[in-house]
Amino acid sequence: MTMREQMARLTDELHTVAAMLDGGASFMEVCGTHTVNACRSGVHSLMPENVRLISGPGCPVCVTAQRYIDALIGLGRRQGLTVTTYGDMMRVAGAGGSLELARSEGADVRVVTSTMEAVAIAREHPERQVVFAAVGFETTAPATAAAVLAAKRQGLSNFTVLPCHKLVLPAMMTLLADPDVRIDGFICPGHVSVIIGAEAYRPVVEEHGKPCVVTGFEALQIMQGILHLTKQVAAGQAKLENLYPEVVSADGNLRAKRLIEEVFMPGDSAWRALGRMAKSGLDLREEYMAFDAFKRFDITLGEDNDPPGCRCGEVITGKCYPGDCPLFGSVCTPIYPIGPCMVSSEGSCQAWFKYRRNELKRRKAAQTGPAKEVRV
Amino acid sequence: MTVLRPGQPVVNPHARRIVLAHGGGGQLTDELLEEVIRPRLDNPWLADLDDSAVMAVEKGQLAFTTDSYVVQPLEFPGGDIGRLAVSGTVNDLAVCGAEAEYISLSLILEEGLELALLRRVLDSVAGTAGEAGVRVVTGDTKVVAKGQADGMYINTAGVGRIRDGIRLGVSRIQPGDVVLVSGEIADHGLAVMLQREQRTVIRSELRSDVAPLNGLIETLLDEIIEDVVFLRDPTRGGLAGVLSDLAERSGLHLMIDETAVPIRQETLYAAEMLGLDPLEVANEGKVVAVVRPEAAERARAVVASHPQGRGASIVGRFQSERNGLCEILTEVGGRRIIQKPYGEELPRIC
Repeated sequence: MTMREQMARLTDELHTVAAMLDGGASFMEVCGTHTVNACRSGVHSLMPENVRLISGPGCPVCVTAQRYIDALIGLGRRQGLTVTTYGDMMRVAGAGGSLELARSEGADVRVVTSTMEAVAIAREHPERQVVFAAVGFETTAPATAAAVLAAKRQGLSNFTVLPCHKLVLPAMMTLLADPDVRIDGFICPGHVSVIIGAEAYRPVVEEHGKPCVVTGFEALQIMQGILHLTKQVAAGQAKLENLYPEVVSADGNLRAKRLIEEVFMPGDSAWRALGRMAKSGLDLREEYMAFDAFKRFDITLGEDNDPPGCRCGEVITGKCYPGDCPLFGSVCTPIYPIGPCMVSSEGSCQAWFKYRRNELKRRKAAQTGPAKEVRV
Repeated sequence: MTVLRPGQPVVNPHARRIVLAHGGGGQLTDELLEEVIRPRLDNPWLADLDDSAVMAVEKGQLAFTTDSYVVQPLEFPGGDIGRLAVSGTVNDLAVCGAEAEYISLSLILEEGLELALLRRVLDSVAGTAGEAGVRVVTGDTKVVAKGQADGMYINTAGVGRIRDGIRLGVSRIQPGDVVLVSGEIADHGLAVMLQREQRTVIRSELRSDVAPLNGLIETLLDEIIEDVVFLRDPTRGGLAGVLSDLAERSGLHLMIDETAVPIRQETLYAAEMLGLDPLEVANEGKVVAVVRPEAAERARAVVASHPQGRGASIVGRFQSERNGLCEILTEVGGRRIIQKPYGEELPRIC
């Protein structure tokens, strides 16, 4: 059977089940990779009208607070200091420009593809202070932990990390507590689940009665996830289903979890648009405090001011579609992004801009307001 | 200090690397021309060493084009900056329906460039020009100080005679016309990018497709001339750039079938690993042709019979709907648009 035939089969079944739904369903895909792959493969074009996919706060770039970017830029401009970062962070705008702009003006900012590259830069340049921008979810946190351990082992006194890691589950729980957000089920983030394990979502199912599926990134897997969620909603069930058992185990990657546990402990964290949430981030433990750039360079983050008009906050909480933002596609485009969801290749605004603008035109022509549909 | 032993040849330092004086217009410039450049590119026009090459003009129309090449690294699997500089200009002429005849070659060299590398690049220029049947009839060499250029830059310009009976242009595109791609896409851009990434983790057998396309295009036009309405080489911006542009400029709806787009499995993996969309990645040896529906299969067969067109495939068709959008029916049967690429994509972090 070709992939098209397999997809046609799943789509037919989804349409049949969806026809039994009373009042439709809204499912959130938490992870940016799911967002992009669903858009890229045209999964949306195959879905019934009454089943909607909304994009959640699962793109690390999109949830990083503006003030954090400003702090990185400030560090990069200091004499004798090198900021190392993953490439995605380069174009994100803080209040005072981006790392890319700062670099063009002479700040020492270097893109690395692994945390060990940052450690190597510190080792090769004992005369410089090297700071690693430690962003991302449970997926990237183990690599940061490994870098801190390596720096400690090697006795590097010039290496620090500026921790901004986020935990997925607290964000999901916060969204569920928000009366303005309607979520009937989750497509759980794939890469994060590899680390934390499928069982981590048990509280979503048991405390909030919302179905959860763990699924892969291929279009067929995403569609299968949507089908399973829709079936659960139609049957009035809330179960945790792992459709990706070959990659995601019940308990996750124990070694990676131990690494996180060894170096970090849960701490409060400021999320772009969601605000400060208790125990939603990772702080360095007391014994690794020497590697904390916040402490070493005496940095505190203030409160964010979002760019005027930007609705990224509502986009990543599923309260509106990218096309509902007045800036989308007019002044905010991937070339001149204003909000973080347009900067990141995994941001939902960029994915919509690239792959779904045809639908936006049709939507606008039909005068339907998806924002109203999503709100309860 | 190096101590010379008896019998050891004395190495002239100028024989190993480019120095500023190579561009000074004096003896070293002459030496570079006589010993490095002319032995590789000799022809009656260059032999005259005049300030301009003088050619006879026939009746008809001439096409004239120019392009600069700044690729990094200078040598990559499947090609180098020299092959790229000749192919790029020959191809720009060929897709306008012109038969490339003469090209110019301007070198901007960075002080310190290894002469051995320059020789290899010039060998490649000569070999590619021979393959394409064009002659390098004029040129120039400048040298800039270390740090002011990235090894070397090349500019080529070319002239060619427009074929009789050819009419190409977006305005001729009609609903029903089909889009033909001459082979597997995205090899050039990915081969170059993977070469850059070598220091990290990715290794690959992928080779650039860089090649002069005039032979392939002549084969097609010899067979079918009236029913070919548009030609373009999908370089920067990749296939997505050409397709979205065609939809926009023709004002028609262009529907592409993803399963018909030729692409190597290895290319797909490499693109995925780098977080790139292969549709947006540059090609340097492929052509996109818009052909009338009645000639579609014959055009595909003619292109596929040429060694450079073995992977030829009909990838899509213009619809009668007038919305200027290019849509793709994906591998799994979903629909989405193909957007004009907007520039560099950044590697993902999760």
